[in-house]
Amino acid sequence: MVKNNLPRIGVIGAGRLGTALAKQSLSVGYEVRISNSRGPESLELLLSVLLPGAIAATIDETISKSDIVILAFPLRYYKSLTPQLFIGKIVIDAMNYWAPVEGDIAEFADATITSSEMVQQYLHDAHVIKTLNHIAYNEIEEHALPLQSKGYRAIGIAGDDRDAKLTAMAYVEALGFDGVDLGVLKNGALLQPDTRLFNARMSADSMKSQTAVRI
Amino acid sequence: MELGVYSFGDVQRNGKKLGSTSEGITNLLEAMQIADKVGLDFFGVGEHHTSYFPASSPGTILAAAAATTKQIKLGSAVSVLSTDDPVRIYQQFATANIISGGRVEVIAGRGSSTESFPLFGYELKDYDALYTEKLDLLLQLNNLDKNERITWEGIHRAPLQDAQIVPQSDDPLKIWLATGGNPDSSIRAAALGLPIAYAVIGGRISRFAPLVDLYHAAAKQYGTESDALQVSIASPGYIADSAQDAKETFWKAWGWTMTELGKVRGFAAPDRAHYDAESNHDGALFAGSADEIADRIIELHKRIGHSRHIFQMDVGQLPHDKFLHSIELLGTVVAPKVRKALASGKK
Ligand SMILES: NC(=O)c1ccc[n+]([C@@H]2O[C@H](COP(=O)([O-])OP(=O)(O)OC[C@H]3O[C@@H](n4cnc5c(N)ncnc54)[C@H](OP(=O)(O)O)[C@@H]3O)[C@@H](O)[C@H]2O)c1
Repeated sequence: MVKNNLPRIGVIGAGRLGTALAKQSLSVGYEVRISNSRGPESLELLLSVLLPGAIAATIDETISKSDIVILAFPLRYYKSLTPQLFIGKIVIDAMNYWAPVEGDIAEFADATITSSEMVQQYLHDAHVIKTLNHIAYNEIEEHALPLQSKGYRAIGIAGDDRDAKLTAMAYVEALGFDGVDLGVLKNGALLQPDTRLFNARMSADSMKSQTAVRI
Repeated sequence: MELGVYSFGDVQRNGKKLGSTSEGITNLLEAMQIADKVGLDFFGVGEHHTSYFPASSPGTILAAAAATTKQIKLGSAVSVLSTDDPVRIYQQFATANIISGGRVEVIAGRGSSTESFPLFGYELKDYDALYTEKLDLLLQLNNLDKNERITWEGIHRAPLQDAQIVPQSDDPLKIWLATGGNPDSSIRAAALGLPIAYAVIGGRISRFAPLVDLYHAAAKQYGTESDALQVSIASPGYIADSAQDAKETFWKAWGWTMTELGKVRGFAAPDRAHYDAESNHDGALFAGSADEIADRIIELHKRIGHSRHIFQMDVGQLPHDKFLHSIELLGTVVAPKVRKALASGKK
């Protein structure tokens, strides 16, 4: 059941990661909107079978009617978003520049900053948080555990805005993971492909000790 | 329920070094022949282009197997359709199908292997567009009437103007759509009326149950429901005489492969706890004794009603004799047990 005091979740991208995050969010009581590039009608069947309770929306509605907007579509399309709609929004950037799998993209390959900083520069009025990008989509449901259980899996969280980060932290913990504050957004570099944390199953203590030097 | 094997043509270890790719291919053909002898239903060859997985041209080896096996169905698992020419795939598979007397199938996928993109001059970013267009052409070729010519135009391939494509298979090839779990792919397969081949390489296998529901719901919506809509599962798996032997042996083989893949793709290698969790119960890794694997297949069948389950056994330099023994156990111990259980379940 939807709990009214929780932030509303909007997921952009209804593929593997987007549907997994939407499903887990619904199951712990969030109101969830979800969208893709083809419009809400294209999602009706998918929602009725996989995500009963989620609301199919346009991308713009997903942004305007949500408190936390999760980006779960291929990174190369990030400039298809309308920055003006993001004023004051908390954005979870779960996207990766994963060249060996998705191909080289000069814009990201040549960049001197992380992909999430590029997203933040583009969505200049949003508070971008890098998190939930370093876990395989199926593990969102499979590894989620009640608060502080044995084997609780760590998820790193990086962002510049303190309050936005706390909100994102609470969300990640509500999903069933141990949120680890990795500091400012640029430290999201610790979570990108080709790092020790990418795809790694570890506890918060282990994540803290593996990243301590850098923070 | 059909049971079988799929392989990328795993190369053996020669001391500390990898053996030759040619030996990998010879071993692969032998494994296909053994699978036929022990009565398995299907053998798939998955296109890969690495020093440890050298099965780069499934159509060629399928033709060799077609000529040297009697009853087993043969297919790609998968053909990387995005970077191949559908005309060439159709011709090669139709040829092998004729040689085999109608036992050859195509499992068309995007492929997890990305090496073929630079090799054949394609860009990974065009992945989706390439796949959609090439699948369309392949299906059109497969559905041509006898001696019918084709006129076709797309973006990623030269147009065809009243072209004749030979040889033609007497009956259309069975073409499966392969997917790794993107929900839109299940909808797409159903909309096209194609059987679907799920590759489940990690995590819990039952997470595919809702996708199978989606596949059937989509078929209903698109009005494509028919006996052609079948579900196949492909997962890593290995069978030995004892459960413990199977789990230890496969940990080495699978662990090596995932570690290598992790280096290339930039993800952390799985540890033993990860492997243990996924090689039991609902996990995607079917390593165990024949009884255990039979039980797990039967259990999964209850949940998703799949009509075929195939296993990738030879990874990470699994010794060839162990590979052959695993195939034998699948054919002679697992298959009869599964068939018996499913036959009695239907009464
Ligand atoms: N898969 C994982 O395990 C995983 C884990 C962590 C992070 N990620 C990251 O999450 C992102 C999505 O990955 P995925 O595996 O879920 O991909 P996917 O299964 O291919 O799904 C991508 C989704 O994005 C939609 N989409 C494409 N272009 C869009 C656009 N311009 N605006 C809105 N939606 C669009 C697609 O639908 P339409 O094309 O119909 O619009 C589809 O629903 C990637 O950046 C990936 O690196 C994935």
